Amino acid sequence: MELLERFAAGDVDAFESLFRQHQGEVYRWIMRIVRNTAVAEDLTVETFWRMYRAHASFDPAKGNCGAWLRRIATNVAIDHLRQARHEVPLPDDLPATAQQPPAEQLALRSEISRAMNKLSPRVRAVVLLALVEEEPYERIAEALGISENAVKVRVFRGVRLLRKTLSQAGVHP
Amino acid sequence: MKEPEIDDVKKLLKDSLPAARDSELRRDLWPALLQRLDQRAIRVPWWDWALLAAIAGMLCVFPGIIPALLYHL
Repeated sequence: MELLERFAAGDVDAFESLFRQHQGEVYRWIMRIVRNTAVAEDLTVETFWRMYRAHASFDPAKGNCGAWLRRIATNVAIDHLRQARHEVPLPDDLPATAQQPPAEQLALRSEISRAMNKLSPRVRAVVLLALVEEEPYERIAEALGISENAVKVRVFRGVRLLRKTLSQAGVHP
Repeated sequence: MKEPEIDDVKKLLKDSLPAARDSELRRDLWPALLQRLDQRAIRVPWWDWALLAAIAGMLCVFPGIIPALLYHL
């Protein structure tokens, strides 16, 4: 029996094999949205937990386990952004870029974090994936379960709100 | 909105926020996932709930045994 069929039948060894194949990819995808290593690790576990719970509904004939996992991971990450929205504005423990002095960069990052935090979690996820991570619209659409046009609309909406918020703060893109 | 306006914001974001696409997982998460799966496994079995319901039912029918039960606890 194929690995995916064994997983769909509830085989834990097959689940472990799939986990080992995809954990890095899922982690990196979540990291692109939540931008915090500890949170991304927790959400990766949550993603595979949800995957395991839903094993019976997985159709091995469709076979695209990576796309299915990306969709679960996106929902898990957006749920997290929704919960953390009023607590931590854009937690980001990634290393600083080398293009600006640290003080200026920190101030600008802080303004951008504030502006990002004003976006709805779904729009924020799309803006991060499309503009910062430069993921293709098609892949973002697949992960969110929406059309490419809907992704474009969210990017436009996000950019418009970011420009407005940043302009009010004296930052002019 | 025009494409250049999107490109301006994109440039600002990219200059300020480092891309996360190359982040590598620092540890194997399988043990954490196993722990999560085990938590599900150690949930209270149905017969424990049945026993609890039987005791609660008995206390309702024979409330006189409550002081004796409390004494022995």
